Amino acid sequence: MKPTDTNNPEYYHKVVDCQYACPAHTPVPEYIRLIAQGRYNDAYMINWESNVFPGVLGRTCDRPCEPACRRGRVEEEPVAICRLKRVAADNKDSEAIAAAMPAIPTRKNGKRVALIGGGPASLTVARDLMPLGYTVDLYDNQPAGGGFMRSQIPSFRLPATVLDQEVNQILDMGVSAHFNTYVDSMKSIIDKGYDAIFVGTGAPRPKDLKLPGREEAEANIHLGIEWLASVAFEHTKAIGKKVLVLGGGNTAMDCCRTSLRVGADSVKCVVRSPRADMKASPWEIEDSEREGVEMFENHTPKEFIVEDGKLVGMRFELVRAEYDANGKRSLVPTGEPDVIMECDDICVAVGQDNAFPWIERDVGIEFGQWDMPVVDRVTFQSSRPNVFFGGDAAFGPENVITAVAHGHQAAISIDLFLNGHSVKNRPAPGVTLVSQKMGVHEWSYDNSVANDLRYAVPHEDVGLSVKDRKLEVELGFDVATAVREAARCLNCDAQTVFEAPKCIECDACIDICPTDCLTMIDVTDMEDEAQLRPQLKMPATNETQSLFVSDSLQTSRVMVKDENVCLHCGMCAERCPTAAWDMQKFTYHVSKAGACAVQEEEQA
Amino acid sequence: MTYLRPEFRHPQLPVNELGYSRKDYEGALSTLCAGCGHDSISAAVVQSMFEMSIEPHRVAKLSGIGCSSKTPTYFLGKSHGFNSVHGRMPSVVTGANMANRDLIYLGVSGDGDTASIGMGQFAHAVRRNLNMVYIVMNNGCYGLTKGQDSATADVGSCSKKGEPNKFEAIDLAGVALELGATFVARSFSGDKDQLVPLIKAAVSHRGFAFIDVISPCVTFNNNPGSTKGYEFVRDHLEATGTVDFVPMREEITACYPNQTSEEVTLHDGSVVHLCKMDDKLNVRSRNSAVERMKNYKDRGRILTGLLYMDPDSQDLHDSIDSSKKPLRQLGEKELCPGVAVLQNINDSLR
Ligand SMILES: Cc1cc2nc3c(=O)[nH]c(=O)nc-3n(C[C@H](O)[C@H](O)[C@H](O)COP(=O)(O)OP(=O)(O)OC[C@H]3O[C@@H](n4cnc5c(N)ncnc54)[C@H](O)[C@@H]3O)c2cc1C
Ligand SMILES: Cc1ncc(C[n+]2csc(CCOP(=O)(O)OP(=O)(O)O)c2C)c(N)n1
Ligand code: SF4
Ligand code: SF4
Ligand code: SF4
Ligand SMILES: [Mg+2]
Repeated sequence: MKPTDTNNPEYYHKVVDCQYACPAHTPVPEYIRLIAQGRYNDAYMINWESNVFPGVLGRTCDRPCEPACRRGRVEEEPVAICRLKRVAADNKDSEAIAAAMPAIPTRKNGKRVALIGGGPASLTVARDLMPLGYTVDLYDNQPAGGGFMRSQIPSFRLPATVLDQEVNQILDMGVSAHFNTYVDSMKSIIDKGYDAIFVGTGAPRPKDLKLPGREEAEANIHLGIEWLASVAFEHTKAIGKKVLVLGGGNTAMDCCRTSLRVGADSVKCVVRSPRADMKASPWEIEDSEREGVEMFENHTPKEFIVEDGKLVGMRFELVRAEYDANGKRSLVPTGEPDVIMECDDICVAVGQDNAFPWIERDVGIEFGQWDMPVVDRVTFQSSRPNVFFGGDAAFGPENVITAVAHGHQAAISIDLFLNGHSVKNRPAPGVTLVSQKMGVHEWSYDNSVANDLRYAVPHEDVGLSVKDRKLEVELGFDVATAVREAARCLNCDAQTVFEAPKCIECDACIDICPTDCLTMIDVTDMEDEAQLRPQLKMPATNETQSLFVSDSLQTSRVMVKDENVCLHCGMCAERCPTAAWDMQKFTYHVSKAGACAVQEEEQA
Repeated sequence: MTYLRPEFRHPQLPVNELGYSRKDYEGALSTLCAGCGHDSISAAVVQSMFEMSIEPHRVAKLSGIGCSSKTPTYFLGKSHGFNSVHGRMPSVVTGANMANRDLIYLGVSGDGDTASIGMGQFAHAVRRNLNMVYIVMNNGCYGLTKGQDSATADVGSCSKKGEPNKFEAIDLAGVALELGATFVARSFSGDKDQLVPLIKAAVSHRGFAFIDVISPCVTFNNNPGSTKGYEFVRDHLEATGTVDFVPMREEITACYPNQTSEEVTLHDGSVVHLCKMDDKLNVRSRNSAVERMKNYKDRGRILTGLLYMDPDSQDLHDSIDSSKKPLRQLGEKELCPGVAVLQNINDSLR
C-alpha cells in the first residue's frame, strides 16, 4: 500500500465535493462562509471569477454540486448551495461590483477574435479575453445577448433585469456585439481575417414528432424551444385553453408553466417513460405540479387527432417499462385501450439537436459522428487550429455552467494559441493550504456542525404567478434564513492534514471522531485499497470517496482516513496532543486565460 | 470556534441487540488533556457495553478523585453515576452493591486514588470479593494535581519534572492477586483489541474483577525516562495471549497452531477464550500468575492480558447470604420486621 500523495492538488480538491462536482470548480464553501459573514460583494466576486453569472446561476443552475454535497451523505439533504449563491447576487452592491471588474487595456494586443453565438459559452470567452487586450466581435441572431438564457429560460425563473446586468457586465468590457445577425457562412467569418474563431452557437434545432395528423394540425403544434423563444420575444402571446406538453425534460416543464401564464386553463404533461425516468430536475417537476400541471407517465404518443382540419386531441398507447439483463429499458405496450386526451394546442418538447448548416464542409473543420464537429475535450480546439467550439455546440446540449466551464478552457486555448504556445500546455491550478488554528479550541472557521435541516426557499403565491409571465416565482432566502442555511455547510475545504512523524499513536483522534472516519491499521500484508476498505473501523463502502493512507507510524501501522462522511469538525485536530492532525484551508483556483503569461513572467 | 462534538454519526453505524448504537453509550465530551490515555479507556468501555448489549440503566459507574475518576462523565451518559471522595470509591460501591445486587458496578479509579489514599479501601473490596469491575487507569502519577509521582511509578522512572522516582512501585495487579481477587488482568490504553474483551469478561465475571490499565499521562508523564509513556510501554509490552470473550451462543475461533488454547466458562455461560502466547501461564492458578508476572518484570518486560480468573468464585452476597432481591424491591414489612424479630435476634446473641 502506497501512502497518499497529498501534494497532488486533486486529492484535496476531490474532498471539497461541491467544488469538485462543479464544472467550473467554483470555490463553494469559501463563498458560503462569506455570505454568512454578510460579505456579499466578496461572495459575488468569487462566484463571478469562476462562473461568470452568479445571479443567473443562483436561480437556474442545474446544480451538479448539490447531489455531490457531503451533507447529503451525513443527513437527508445537501446544502442549498444554489440558493445561497443567489443571496450573494441579490444583496451585492452594484457599484462595488462595477468597481471590482477587471480593467480593460485601452491599448489592444492586436489580436482579433470572433465569437459566433451570444450564449454563456461565448460570453465567458469574452470575459476572459477582454482583460488581456484582445479585440472581440460577437455575432448572434437574437436581438440581445445571453443565448438560451434569454430565449429559453422563462422570466418567471430568471428575471430579465438579472440577466441583463450580468450579460452587460461583459459586453460593457468593450465587446463589439452584432445582434440580429445570423451567421450563414463560416467562410465569410474566416474571410474577415480573425486570428481565432469561437463557435458557441448552442444546440438550436428542436426535435419533432412525425406522427399521423402532424401536418394537418400544424397550426396548433408548437416545437418547445421555438415556442418558448417566441413567447420570450413576445411574438406569441397566447395559447389554447387545453394544452398538452409532450416530453419529460426541463424544456417540457418550462412549456407547461409558460402555457399556464399565456392562457391555458389545463396543462397536461405527458411522458412515454415511467415518471422516475423523467429527465427534468426534481425541483422543476415539483414547481410545475404546484402550479397545477398534471403529469401522465407511460403514455406513448400515437396520433394527432384532427377534426375539420383542426387539432382536437392526441391518442396515446399505454406502456410499461421492462428491463433486460443489462438494465436496458424497453417500453412494452400493456394491451389496455388507447387513451385519448382532448386539447387545443400541443407543445412538443422531446429534445434538441445541434445544427451546423452554416459551416461549409471544406474549411478544414472536420465533422464526425452525428454530423458533430470533431472537438478536443480538453482544449476545445477543432481540426482547424484557429477554430474552437464550446458550450452546447461542442458536444451537445448540457447547461449554463458547463457552457461557462467550456468557455474558460477555450479562452485559455485561444490565448495559448495566439501566443505561439501549444494548447496542450494547460496552466496548473492555483492552490494553497494554510493552517486554520487560532488558539485553544479556536479555528478561523466555524467548526461547529449545525443540526438544521435544509431550509426551503419561499415561493410567490401560485394564483399571482400564473397570471404574470414575468413575475419571479422563487423569492430567494432572506438574510436570516440564508445565514442558517449557510451554517449547514461543513466547510469541506478545511482539510484534515496529517503529519505521520508527529503522531504518538495515542488513539485520541480515533476515539473522538464522531463519524468514525479514522483507523490505525497494519497494512503491510495488503496489496491495495480494496483489501483495506472493509477492514476500517467503519467499512469504507462508498468507493467514490477517497481513502487517505499516511506514511508509516512508529509501530509501522498507518493512519487511514475515509473521506466519505468526515464532518470537518476538527475534533481530531482538537484532540491531537502533538498537532499531527491540523485543519488547513485548501484553496483551488482553476487557472484562467493569461495565467501562462503570468507564470512565464514569474519564471523569468 | 466551538468545542462541541457534532451530533452526526456515521450513517451506517451498527446497532446491537437492543437497537442501540455506540452513540447511546457515549457520555459528555471529555475535558481531559488531548491525547490522555484515559480517553481511550473510556472509548473501550463504550465499545464493550455496546457490544454486550447492556441496557445503560443497568450500569452504575463510580469513581474517586483524579483525571481518571473524572472519566465516568465521558462514557455511559445514560447510566447511574457517583463521583465520590478521593480513594473512597470501594466503600461507596460496597454500600450500593449491598443495597442492589442487580446492577453492574463499574468502579473507575487512578493509581493515586487506589494505591495511595484509597489503598485501605481497595484492599477490603478485594478481599470481600465484591461483585464489581474495578478499573485502575494507571499513569504512574497524580495527573490531576500536576504530575507528582504516584505509588505505582517504577523506581528510577522520571516524570516531566525530571527527578527519578526513589521508591519501590506497588504493582496493583500483584496486590489484587495477593488479596484474593478472582479476576485479574492488565492492559494498555493503546490496545483496544485486548482491552475490550477483557472488560467484557470482567463484566461477566461474578466477583471482584480487577483490570490495571496502563494509561499514559500525556502531559506529565509521557517523556523519555518515564516507564509509563506511550513509546516505552509499547516497546516493553508482552501479552499472555489473545483474549476472546465469547457470548454463550457464539462459536469459538481457533488459535494459531503454535498457540495453546485455554477456555474458561463463566457462570452466565459465556466463555473466555485465551490463545496463549505464554504457555507457561495457567490462568486458573494464582501462583502461576504471580510467578509469570515476576518473571517478566525481572526481564524488564510488562506482562499484559488476562492473568488469573476463578469462574467459580463466591461473591460477597454469597458469602454473607444477603438478600437476593434489591432492597428497594422489598416491602416495609421485610425491611423492618418489627420489635419481635429484633428481640429474637438480640436474645439469640445473649
Ligand atoms: C427550455 C430550456 C430551459 C433551460 N433551462 C436551463 C436552466 O434552467 N439551467 C441551465 O443551466 N440550463 C438550462 N438550459 C440549457 C442552457 O440554456 C444551455 O445549455 C446553454 O444556454 C448553452 O449555452 P451556449 O453558450 O452553448 O449556447 P446558447 O445559450 O444556446 O446560445 C447560442 C446562441 O447562438 C445563437 N446562434 C445559433 N446559431 C447561430 C448562427 N449561425 N449565427 C448567429 N447566432 C447563432 C443562438 O440563437 C443563441 O442565441 C435550458 C435549455 C432549454 C432549451
Ligand atoms: C482527600 C484528598 N486528598 C488529596 C486530594 C488531591 N488530589 C486530587 S487528585 C489526586 C491524585 C489523583 O491521582 P490519580 O488517582 O492517579 O489520578 P490521575 O489524575 O492520575 O488520573 C490528589 C492527590 C484530594 N482531592 N482529596
Ligand atoms: S457541506 Fe459545504 S463544502 Fe461540503 S460539499 Fe456541501 S456545500 Fe460543499
Ligand atoms: S474533522 Fe476529524 S474528527 Fe471531524 S469528522 Fe473529520 S476526521 Fe472525524
Ligand atoms: S493531566 Fe495527565 S492524566 Fe490528567 S487529563 Fe491530562 S494527560 Fe490525562
Ligand atoms: Mg494517576
